[in-house]
Amino acid sequence: MLSVVVFLPLAAGLVLLVLPRPRDGTVARTWVAASALDLALVIGLWAYHPSASGSPGAVTGPLAYEERVLWIPSVGASYHVGVDGLSLPLMAMTAVLFLACAVHSLRQRVRTRAHAVLFLFLQTVSTGLFCALDLLLFFVFFDLSIVGMYFVIAGWGHGRPARSALQFFLYTFFGSLALLLGFIGLYVSSDPRTFDMVELAGQTPLEGREPAGGLVLLAIGVGLAVKTPTVPFHTWLPPAHTDAPAAGSAILAGVLLKMGTYGFVRIAMPILPGAWSDHAMVIVVVGVVSVLYGALVALAQTDFKRMVAYTSVNHMGYIILGLGAAGLATGAQSGAASLAITGGVTQMVSHGLLTGALFLLAGVLHDRADTYDMGSYGGLAARAPRFAALAAVAFFGSLGLPGLSGFIAEFQIFAGSLGPVPVATALALLGILITAALFLRALRRLFLGGPGPCTDRVGDLSARESAAIAPLLALAVLIGLLPRFLLDRVEPAARALAALVSG
Amino acid sequence: MEGVDPLTLLPELILALAAVGALLLGSWTPRRRQGRVRLCVTAALLAALAATVVAAATGTGSDSGGHTVDTATHAVRVVVLVGVLATVLLAADTFASHPRESEFHVLLLLAALGAVALAGANDLLVLSVAYLLASIPLYALVGFAKDATGTEAALKFYLLGALSGILLLTGATLLLGAGGTTGYAGLADALPEAPRALVAAGVVAVLAGLLFKAGGVPVHFWVPDVAEGAPAPVAAFVTTVPKIGALVALYRLGDQVLAGAALDWAPLAALLAAASMTLGNLGAFLQTDARRLLGYSTISQVGYLLMAAAAVEGRAEPVQPGLLFYLCAYTAANLGAFAVVCALRTRTLRDHAGLFRDHPWLALSLVVCLLGLVGTPPTAVFVGKLALFTAALEAGLGWLMVLAAVNTVASLFYYLRWILPLFRASGEPSEEGGRPESPGRWSTGVAVTAAAASLGLGVAAGPVLGLL
Repeated sequence: MLSVVVFLPLAAGLVLLVLPRPRDGTVARTWVAASALDLALVIGLWAYHPSASGSPGAVTGPLAYEERVLWIPSVGASYHVGVDGLSLPLMAMTAVLFLACAVHSLRQRVRTRAHAVLFLFLQTVSTGLFCALDLLLFFVFFDLSIVGMYFVIAGWGHGRPARSALQFFLYTFFGSLALLLGFIGLYVSSDPRTFDMVELAGQTPLEGREPAGGLVLLAIGVGLAVKTPTVPFHTWLPPAHTDAPAAGSAILAGVLLKMGTYGFVRIAMPILPGAWSDHAMVIVVVGVVSVLYGALVALAQTDFKRMVAYTSVNHMGYIILGLGAAGLATGAQSGAASLAITGGVTQMVSHGLLTGALFLLAGVLHDRADTYDMGSYGGLAARAPRFAALAAVAFFGSLGLPGLSGFIAEFQIFAGSLGPVPVATALALLGILITAALFLRALRRLFLGGPGPCTDRVGDLSARESAAIAPLLALAVLIGLLPRFLLDRVEPAARALAALVSG
Repeated sequence: MEGVDPLTLLPELILALAAVGALLLGSWTPRRRQGRVRLCVTAALLAALAATVVAAATGTGSDSGGHTVDTATHAVRVVVLVGVLATVLLAADTFASHPRESEFHVLLLLAALGAVALAGANDLLVLSVAYLLASIPLYALVGFAKDATGTEAALKFYLLGALSGILLLTGATLLLGAGGTTGYAGLADALPEAPRALVAAGVVAVLAGLLFKAGGVPVHFWVPDVAEGAPAPVAAFVTTVPKIGALVALYRLGDQVLAGAALDWAPLAALLAAASMTLGNLGAFLQTDARRLLGYSTISQVGYLLMAAAAVEGRAEPVQPGLLFYLCAYTAANLGAFAVVCALRTRTLRDHAGLFRDHPWLALSLVVCLLGLVGTPPTAVFVGKLALFTAALEAGLGWLMVLAAVNTVASLFYYLRWILPLFRASGEPSEEGGRPESPGRWSTGVAVTAAAASLGLGVAAGPVLGLL
């Protein structure tokens, strides 16, 4: 069942590939249909998720829908997939975001078939990564996501796409190789030898073995930090985002960045809990620096897309801060640690929805007036009321206004981190202030005041664009108002993880 | 030496007989109708392949007369035969109705025979003979087109090859003096007590010969020139097939003789591996000629493969399956990339602009093969690299593993320089006229098959590794 969810988009892509000369409309509709079907399947997985049963022994709570087929028996690698409270929300977010991109791209007429096939491929890769329970399988999907995104940026980007795509590929590939070295380190130290995450989490092979544990955590940490990205590994992100097409940016920020943070909760924390706790202060510092640096640099941007890209660095910083704080929590604070981890996972979902929406909105601007420069616009609220309304919701969600998903996530992170790391949390709170300032300023520049040189070229959102963007924001509001449906899934896994790394 | 059962050497015998047969048949065939030679050669290769598969399936092996037939030999036979078959098909586009077509095939078969013999040798004398057999036909093949670049490449290749051959023979003599025998088993017993300086000198000299065949640093200077100057199918063959034999021979020598000798074998091999992968990569960075770039990339690949020879000590499990798998994977990816060049008759990277629009399957094959050479999963080289990285870490060569990973990232840069123009919306026509209208039919088939094999081997890595 899970494999069907994972490989359905790829199968649809292959069908598109072998069809002789399909019409562009057919391609676009097939893509939307495949993504919608995949989303329906994920909703089915969610609805029937047996939260209390499943195979025991998994460290982060029970696993559901497990499938395991031996792949390379001689190195103990298998095709092992399954979902728990950490992966299911991300799979759901992935399915929603890919459907939104499919709808958004209904009128995309540049090499339509290749475009659709690449996105379907990326959807399989992303979904597969979020349910992979084998390090090698995880790595395969991790690497393929880079390859897929490289072609999206290089093939459909604007500005200097070749250069940005090359930088993106080299940088993130460096990260993935560091990750691979870490995985090999884990494999070599395990007994019996295995790449299976569940078995490794049971063995915790490097527990108390310094410096090996620290080195492996360093390799894995660097690999994931490049992907997340955190300061100082974030420099690939702004050019990649600026030059990527709108749907590509949405997937890159919404889904691909989460692969880094998800790797922390799925691999680094359960398999190296001791090393995580020992070095948690470093992680907290990286998180806080990312929060502040991302926010400050975003404040200085005049390019709308670049600004959103830097706020991603800021938002990912909160997650890293929360996860690091969980590692520093004492045994008595394991409730706080659990809260911080829950907040981190919620932030991954929330950021995916909100930033996905923001990048699609940026794409709308670019489609109409060919520029992201905020100074060229102004007074858009009068000309494009629907656009302004949706953008305002996304802005307020991103800056953490109560009633929207960003608040639920960030509040939990701060509440959970305050006990273990009060100073760092206080510093990170400044980040919220700066983001609020920059989003309000962007709101004023774009939508209020007198019209800019490009304002009269911007018409309101079409039905297609609204249909792609509005559901993302509706979900953000839903999580903001009624978060229980999400938190009920995340909390048991977060509690188990917190018990591992704290104390 | 006791007698050898000729049946265990059936694939080699078929190759030798096919070479003689092709020469005779070619001599009595009109020049315009030499296509029949190609048919006969293909049939002989398929027969040799069948004989190998039967021998491997029935577990036939032998270890006599200075030649071992074991899993490694079987695997090398299969890979070499498939490689020759691919080269014959590649040449079908280039050399069809060439006046010396049958000579081409004869030389190809003899060189392949030499590569297989190299891999099976467990005696320094057999190794030397195999070296000569694997080298001399190639000198002629490289200069086959009789053009300026081919002649220059052939001359460089020959001079360096002659020097390395003499070094190999000298090394064999020194080791004979040190150990009193040329057989690996006898040497393994005798060398630990032999004078260390003598052994070291002998080993370095033997290594020079084998590294020349493999195209590794420090005797790699011929590789880029041959890759650029030789006819494209020959370049594909020379940078792929002889390496297989040489690397297995290197591994065998390290594993059976030198690991136990009083010699720092692991650091020496690791140093050679590190130098090969790094210098190969550095050389490839700014190349604009596709074949020259592939030539440098093969040097760096040899570096990764040499990690296996460095990691023979201090491990519970043998590294041999990983090495053999990597060789299969490398053969598929490298032949695939060369096949695209053969099909398009392109020279520079810029000649490939807009390929995706004109020939999407060729472009996709090239992307798969180049990313395969990088080692992106799920292509086969990824599994090979994984196995060798793991082996290096277990053998205590963590620094080599990190260096190999860094080199892999660096190599991505020049492969991407080639991949990127494929997807340019329009290929700006280059001065030399760019690509012909229709790519070679056979070469296209080989390219697509190689790319599919590269992916298939990676996905089916479990069963394949189980066989090795």
